[in-house]
Amino acid sequence: MRPLTDEETKTFFEKLAKYIGENIKLLIDRPDGTYCFRLHNDRVYYVSEALMKRAANISHDNLVSFGTCFGKFTKTKKFRLHVTALDYLAPYAKYKIWLKPSAEQQFLYGHHVMKSGLGRITESTPQYQGLVVYSMGDLPLGFGVLAKSTQDCRRADPMTIVAFHQADVGEYVRSEDTLT
Amino acid sequence: MKMTVMTMTMMTDELLPVEKAAKKLQKKQKMDDARAEAELQTNILETEKYVLPSGQEIEKESVQPADLTLVQQRIKEVLVVLGDFVNRREENRKRKDYLSQLKSDLCTYYSYNEFLMALLMQLFPLTELVEFLEANEAQRPVTIRTNTLKTRRRDLAQALINRGVNLDPIGKWSKTGLVIYDSQVPVGATPEYLAGHYMIQSGSSFLPVMALAAQENERVLDMCAAPGGKTQYIAALMKNTGMLFANDANKDRSRAVVGNLHRMGVTNCVVSNLDGRKFPKVMTGFDRVLLDAPCSGTGVIAKDPAVKTNKDCKDIQRCAHLQKELLLAAIDCCDAKSATGGYIVYSTCSITVEENEWVIDYALKKRNVKLVPTGLDFGQTGFARYREHRFHPSLKLTRRFYPHTHNLDGFYVAKFKKITNTNPKPKANDEDEQEDATEVIAEEVESSSGDDAESTPAGGQSTVKSKLKTGEKKTKEKKRLATAQTGAKTKGKKKVTTAQAGATRPGSVQDSRKAKVFKKGGRFKGKAGAKPKKFGTKK
Repeated sequence: MRPLTDEETKTFFEKLAKYIGENIKLLIDRPDGTYCFRLHNDRVYYVSEALMKRAANISHDNLVSFGTCFGKFTKTKKFRLHVTALDYLAPYAKYKIWLKPSAEQQFLYGHHVMKSGLGRITESTPQYQGLVVYSMGDLPLGFGVLAKSTQDCRRADPMTIVAFHQADVGEYVRSEDTLT
Repeated sequence: MKMTVMTMTMMTDELLPVEKAAKKLQKKQKMDDARAEAELQTNILETEKYVLPSGQEIEKESVQPADLTLVQQRIKEVLVVLGDFVNRREENRKRKDYLSQLKSDLCTYYSYNEFLMALLMQLFPLTELVEFLEANEAQRPVTIRTNTLKTRRRDLAQALINRGVNLDPIGKWSKTGLVIYDSQVPVGATPEYLAGHYMIQSGSSFLPVMALAAQENERVLDMCAAPGGKTQYIAALMKNTGMLFANDANKDRSRAVVGNLHRMGVTNCVVSNLDGRKFPKVMTGFDRVLLDAPCSGTGVIAKDPAVKTNKDCKDIQRCAHLQKELLLAAIDCCDAKSATGGYIVYSTCSITVEENEWVIDYALKKRNVKLVPTGLDFGQTGFARYREHRFHPSLKLTRRFYPHTHNLDGFYVAKFKKITNTNPKPKANDEDEQEDATEVIAEEVESSSGDDAESTPAGGQSTVKSKLKTGEKKTKEKKRLATAQTGAKTKGKKKVTTAQAGATRPGSVQDSRKAKVFKKGGRFKGKAGAKPKKFGTKK
């Protein structure tokens, strides 16, 4: 377990900013105590300082996880967000789309979002913007990037992809072993 | 009617022919009734004297495949005989004959092995036994627990009903549980499940967490956490404050803990992968500790029918031995000086006394702890006395749960309060009763540890042999005690120390292993040595 290096912090925050923008600072300056990001086994964990100090008691090999896992650094030093970060992305997300009930299932099985399944979308979202995917009942289902801007979406035909799938809560069942 | 007829005959001497015929008919009817009654009585008498099958018959039967209806019939009849043994027995048959016949029949009918059936027959009265065995054939209902971190039970129930799930609250004792009767969608894959609004968890798994009753801002340890259902419940009760440590010895299973905790939105948890017995060397000072110990699973036969046949005496002993070690480690992890806590909850999904009361009794002797009420207002009380064993009277405060009485999995819950952080010294003058118990336990531990040690090279060892061995030890020890008996005080001391020596042996082996492990860790070497467990105070 160690703090992130400057380079890692940069890659990580750049990625995070795609979804929650400047709301990142709300994650760091919290009224209920100090929170920090820590790297462990190439994964980034978001955890309160007090808990982090206690977790340091457990040796590296035996420590499996602490706090919330946000994602991992790939071998090529890119950062990949995991669905486990959804709890923090969803409340701060700047751009969102809502899926029709008929399309929920498709998305939860790891498919992209079609125009036909699109229920609502945040106004004036640019193309390739990271966004959080909700069900019509305001249940966060996952996140992805928008394939077409809001304007283009209006004109698209039903079978075109409007949002690329990145992560969804179905992964808790599908790939529990590789999640963290 | 009769009365009117009678009065009429009295009033008029002369009877009409119709009336005469009626009277005749009545008389005949009465006689028929009497005869039928007599016949019935003789029938009953015949069935009452149920005849056990002879040796030849049994031999014949063992060659052929068992006729289950016949076996079932025989079980019923033997049970009737045993219900009122004095009157219904066959003249020259002993109770033992009936019992052994019943045992072999139950084994055939419900496909248990002899050992487990004998154990169950000791545990339950015979009428209850059949109920228990029947309950094990049926599945318990699917139950779910609301994740109060994310939603409320009412909202969740509404959402699930909209998806075509038929459900009900689990009972008065839980505010978060729901029973699922039937469902049109898989309950383990609804969007609500994936969003972490509920967890599929058997009703009995709620109980130890309710007994633990973790408060906000406490530091809590779940020693055997996988797959994380109970851990998450603890986190929900703590409202994601404080610190929660979830440990499991199995790396693959601890992954499941991580997945479940993240899905349910638990943020205050550290997941580790350590041997629970070594946890006190890593960290102590917890306010509350939950130990849901690995067990033989005799309470969840409905879930895993393999238990019926693949458990034997040695498995139970091995489990009990591990449980004792884990429980002592759990108690060591807890801090008696904690302002709000200092509680340890021990639970198993087993119903054997060896894995439950016996383990608790052992811990009561080894550590400065006392039992406190579990806070669960239902369930049966634990055994303070079982067969030849006399446990500490406070074992009445522990709780047992059975499939046939509570429609939960078989379960056992005990709650300790730690009194001091020091371990009790060997007492100078124990009461006789307690001494006996210590002796029994010492022997048990010795024999079980001996089994463990010897089973590796030898591969397997018959239980008869181990029993013989304990017998030898007993006599040896008695001799030794007789020679060393210089006074009541020394006698007491000697006994307790032998008990400790028995417990130390496996512990000391561990210690050397532990030292190796920590050498690898390097950094924690100092810590490992800082607070040694006072297992054996060597002379």
